[in-house]
Amino acid sequence: MIRYSLHRALSLILSLLVASVVIFTVIEVIPGDTAAFMLGVNARPDTIAALRAELGLDQGGFARYLTWVTGMLQGDFGQSYTYRTPVAELIADRIWVSLPLALYALFLAVVIAFPAGLYAASRRGRLGDISVMGATQIGVAIPNFWFAMLMVLVFAIHLRWVSAGGFPGWDQGLGAGIKALTLPAISLALPQAAILTRVLRSSLLDMLGEDFMRTARAKGLSRRQSLWRHALRNALIPVLTIIGLQFAFLIAGGIVIEQVFFLPGLGRLIFQAISARDLIVVESVVMLLVFLIIVVNFIIDIAYAAIDPRLRARA
Amino acid sequence: MSLLAVDNLSLQINDTDILHDVSFAVQPREIVALTGESGSGKSITALSVMGLLPQGTVVSGQVQFDGQSLLDLPEPAFCRLRGNDIAMVFQEPMTALNPVQTIGAQVAEAIRIHQRITRRAAWTHAAKTLDRVGLPNAQFPLNTYPHQLSGGQRQRVVIAIAIAMRPKLLIADEPTTALDVTTQATVLALLKDLVADFDMGLLIITHDLAVVRQFADQIVVMQKGQVVEAGPTEVVFDQMRHPYTRSLFAASQHQVDLPAPPKPAPLLSVKDVTRIYKRPAQTLFGKATAFTAVQDVSFELHKGERVGLVGESGCGKSTLTRAILGLDATQSGEITLGGLPVFSGNAPQHSVQRKMQVVFQDPYGSFNPRHKVARLIAEPLYLSDNPPQGAVRAELIAQTLQDVGLTPEDAEKYIHEFSGGQRQRIAIARALISEPELIIFDEAVSALDVSVRAQILDLLADLCRKRPLAYLFISHDLSVVRSVTDRVLVMQAGKIMEQGQTETVFQDPKHPYTKALLDAAPRLDSPV
Repeated sequence: MIRYSLHRALSLILSLLVASVVIFTVIEVIPGDTAAFMLGVNARPDTIAALRAELGLDQGGFARYLTWVTGMLQGDFGQSYTYRTPVAELIADRIWVSLPLALYALFLAVVIAFPAGLYAASRRGRLGDISVMGATQIGVAIPNFWFAMLMVLVFAIHLRWVSAGGFPGWDQGLGAGIKALTLPAISLALPQAAILTRVLRSSLLDMLGEDFMRTARAKGLSRRQSLWRHALRNALIPVLTIIGLQFAFLIAGGIVIEQVFFLPGLGRLIFQAISARDLIVVESVVMLLVFLIIVVNFIIDIAYAAIDPRLRARA
Repeated sequence: MSLLAVDNLSLQINDTDILHDVSFAVQPREIVALTGESGSGKSITALSVMGLLPQGTVVSGQVQFDGQSLLDLPEPAFCRLRGNDIAMVFQEPMTALNPVQTIGAQVAEAIRIHQRITRRAAWTHAAKTLDRVGLPNAQFPLNTYPHQLSGGQRQRVVIAIAIAMRPKLLIADEPTTALDVTTQATVLALLKDLVADFDMGLLIITHDLAVVRQFADQIVVMQKGQVVEAGPTEVVFDQMRHPYTRSLFAASQHQVDLPAPPKPAPLLSVKDVTRIYKRPAQTLFGKATAFTAVQDVSFELHKGERVGLVGESGCGKSTLTRAILGLDATQSGEITLGGLPVFSGNAPQHSVQRKMQVVFQDPYGSFNPRHKVARLIAEPLYLSDNPPQGAVRAELIAQTLQDVGLTPEDAEKYIHEFSGGQRQRIAIARALISEPELIIFDEAVSALDVSVRAQILDLLADLCRKRPLAYLFISHDLSVVRSVTDRVLVMQAGKIMEQGQTETVFQDPKHPYTKALLDAAPRLDSPV
């Protein structure tokens, strides 16, 4: 197990290194000079040159890459060209919206999907199964921004239970923060829950045909007990894979929902930074997202091994 | 009163008749064998006793267990019975255990379902049960996972789960079919011991008449969902009243009329071949270890000769086969076919590979289900430089299908339209079509029923009479190897222990391992 974890950790570090090189290179090859863009079309060449020197843009690519990476390792993401504040501060403000939102949505998706998937699998082909499958079909099909607007109409405008958007900040209390994130989290979670339910159900049904399930029944376990005790853990591997992918989507893909609910999240930050050609912000936020996603995948890998002893033996 | 009495049991699944008026009984301390070919309804009979029938099953008749009628027993009551009074052991030990739970947990669970005892007490009981089936705690701790055990050891765990509550009736569905002969012998001995120890009744399902003869007190022969003959084993074997029993017996003992081999002319030469696998290290800073699967193996196979390769699972048979086929590089030694190396310069030599073909155990798994038979069997032709086209190709396909006992019309069908025996014929046709000099049969008849197996073996004898074919016949089934080969190699732990003329080796084995193998194999002619 330790050997396996070390293996995964090593691969995590390598992935991060490769990702940083790729991100830096891609941003470098995008045409357009940041300094020229910031100063506008009428700027004099020597002003542009001065700004380039100030921003460190006149150095070679490799030197700038090193500065960028070593800075990040120390928590220094550089200065935003447009906001003129440290990128680290910009990110810190927003990640406390985006990360809790993604985790909240993932939590909701899991809490909905597990009972629904187990229920559907245990009632395979019967009315309960068909209803759950029908509901997930709808859940997958509905665009989440449309569903978000629908919820705003009902819960914010009609019932006035929550506000239609914005985020008060965590200093207003945990309850207020959670309340503000609830509608966005539900809109993000619903399609994910539908997908997860379907994956869990089909994975469980695959397990029902396995020989060890017959052994479990021959021991005297009821259908439901054998599903819980023997099928579930074996069925978790594909489910975990999907959860990993979903987290990636939720952390990076919440941008539309952030727009609908006026949430100051990472999605909006990166969107604004791209429009303003604030490349250092783009670079750093993308790197941060990659970091989060790779770390989550690392955790998923470790979870695989915790579930399946056969994986621990390999490595 | 019988322990188990099945009376006129009839059963339909989705309006198809599966069982028809099946009747038999099992007494305490009695071993009853349910035998017959696949599809005869043996397993479904067992599942009706266990109450584990698939949905949509309509049952009539009576199943009485210990004075209790089982067919109308409500599910919760059946759950209390299963694993407690009636237990079952299944065919596939490799997949019958939950891969993510320890063996201790799986045995202890069987106890805690039926008995209100503490976790600790259940684990103590589990340890005792595992010890009883030959898995002592010191060697096989309770936290062992199934993948750390061999097939025979896993089957012992499955048996431990079944007997943990000392059931009155144990049902064993082909419990040793997937095991090696020596392992089979020890598992059967264990079951026999347990029957005497626990005063259990044992209903064993097997297609292997030799096992039945050595092992069972009573025999029930089934065909197409009906009992055709039943009685004490010796009486049934002596009298064989029903023609089906006689044909089963004849097929099991089937002797192939093999043509005499031509004069020795070298074809395949295996010289000092060694194949080593790397194993990942088991500890944090441990070194990767090496596993020698095949060690210094040398043998010759002549043109038109039939050679058998026997040995238990893990002895290196498959590794050697892969090396001969040129699928893997070897660490040392040389393999040549017709004087040319099958593997040289880090790549298999297609011109040499073309002259050999292979037939595997599971024909269904080795065919693409979306292709028609014509395309499936013509596949090896693409190995040649200018494959035949059009009418020549069609004629070749038709001829090959006829050679293996099928019709030219079968070329337009899909693989799912054929029975197991026919699929194996198609696999043989695929091997034949490129006119190879050597065909390797890798457990090619192991999954077939005895009567179908006899037909396929006859076909093989017939083919080598008509064509200049050499066979390398790999099998764990000694009786098959005995009937279809001229010479035999006995392999153990990567080495060839003994080789010689088949009859000589079988009648007068020299190496102790060969002797052990032959002793362990159940025999049809003489009961113990």
